[in-house]
Amino acid sequence: MSDNIPSGLLYTEDHEWARVEGKLVTIGITQFAVDQLGDVTQVDLPREGDTIKKGDVFGSVESVKAVSDLFAPVSGKVVKTNTPLADSPEYINEEPYDQGWLIQVELSDPSETESLMESDAYETFLQENAD
Amino acid sequence: MNAPEPQRTSLHASHVALGARMVDFAGWSMPVSYKGGILAEHHATRNAIGIFDTSHMGEVHFRGPGAEASVQRIVTNAVGKLRDGAAQYAVACHEHGGIVDDLIVYRVKSDHFLIVVNASNIQKDLDWFRAATGKACDIEDASPGTSMIAFQGPQALAALSTLSKAPLSQLPSFHFATDVEVAGVSCWVARTGYTGEDGVELFTDAGNAPRLWDALVEAATAHGGGPAGLGARDTLRLEARLSLYGNDLDDTTSPLEAGLGWVVKFDAGDFIGKSALLAQKQAGLKRKLAGFVMQGRGIGRHGYPIFETAPTEGATGTPVGIVTSGGPGPTVGKNIGMGYVPAALAEPGTRIFVDCRGKITDAEVLKGPFYKRP
Repeated sequence: MSDNIPSGLLYTEDHEWARVEGKLVTIGITQFAVDQLGDVTQVDLPREGDTIKKGDVFGSVESVKAVSDLFAPVSGKVVKTNTPLADSPEYINEEPYDQGWLIQVELSDPSETESLMESDAYETFLQENAD
Repeated sequence: MNAPEPQRTSLHASHVALGARMVDFAGWSMPVSYKGGILAEHHATRNAIGIFDTSHMGEVHFRGPGAEASVQRIVTNAVGKLRDGAAQYAVACHEHGGIVDDLIVYRVKSDHFLIVVNASNIQKDLDWFRAATGKACDIEDASPGTSMIAFQGPQALAALSTLSKAPLSQLPSFHFATDVEVAGVSCWVARTGYTGEDGVELFTDAGNAPRLWDALVEAATAHGGGPAGLGARDTLRLEARLSLYGNDLDDTTSPLEAGLGWVVKFDAGDFIGKSALLAQKQAGLKRKLAGFVMQGRGIGRHGYPIFETAPTEGATGTPVGIVTSGGPGPTVGKNIGMGYVPAALAEPGTRIFVDCRGKITDAEVLKGPFYKRP
């Protein structure tokens, strides 16, 4: 399952993904993160209009077992949140790269995306950190 | 320093073959869930059958003419009330009244008792049992050679009847049968469990366990159930409001505080801890384990502080209690938990406040189990 790492997305060591389209970046968590978490039962996200800062906690995901922080892959203003997740958090388990996206931000510093990993680098990172 | 390699149960290969996600639990490599995930396994147990490997738990046999007196010296419940083939839930206490372990006592016959203890406490319990009873009876730790499988859910007995000619559905609750054949494997079958559902727990030799497990998995699958891991075991027991040692019970909590006064029988005999518990009862309890339902958005989890009033923004109040177990209740559809609070706050309907990682969320104290089977 955790080998589900789409190319074209950028990745963090905290297992978030980012889809960059111009100044807009859509953010979610990776299949690996989902596999680790198990069933997600609740998501706490920032509000539209909030600003998030790269590396800082911008929300949390509660699974049956535990709560996990979400770390911002980039800085920017939140322009959209995936509101259906409030009623259907299982989208994150079912389609982490699609219906299970979390927020969309407007980049404040486009150069920040340069420090994120491409899919092959993330795959290597996962292999190197496998237990 | 590296942690020692976790121990494996006799069913380890079966779990791996079933695609289980294995975790280290109390020094054991155990399945937290299988392919379907915790929620699916939880619901399968409530609706049909869940099969759990509980082989990590400890089995301690007490044999000899002094067996009954020895067991009564150790546990708080009235061992003398047990007849052959009957079992009871109990706790073992320290002299000061704190809980050594919670356990189930099985009376095989007047000079043979079995006590099943928590995996995390096996060595501690053995040392304690031996120190407490001296040479009054023979104490044998059968844990390494014994495997245990819990077969739980509304369809459990029906599925079991396809594997055994023994009239197991006639076993009353908290009774057991020895030397029963299930799927051709000789085992002990007890009408006990830790899920809030009907069902049984089966004991067999470790060598036979994989064969029994495979047959149970097949029978359960035919009835809409399947294997379930520790994750579902935890949500199921929490909904049924069954305590977990190490979370809700420990060496510092007394059974009276934990709401287990019903297994403390002061007239049963001179069990260890009796005078401390009697004194505690007469003085009145300062704190109690309360069940609560989260009212706001938030999940009160193990270790989160509990407040009597909502601390105002920016202020740091003083917690009056602590959450010992908490999480989503998949069947009850609410976030539920348990925690120690001052006795006055343990009354049903009381509003308490849980600090969910900085977010103060209110919760309501509730009496009794969160889930009762229909």
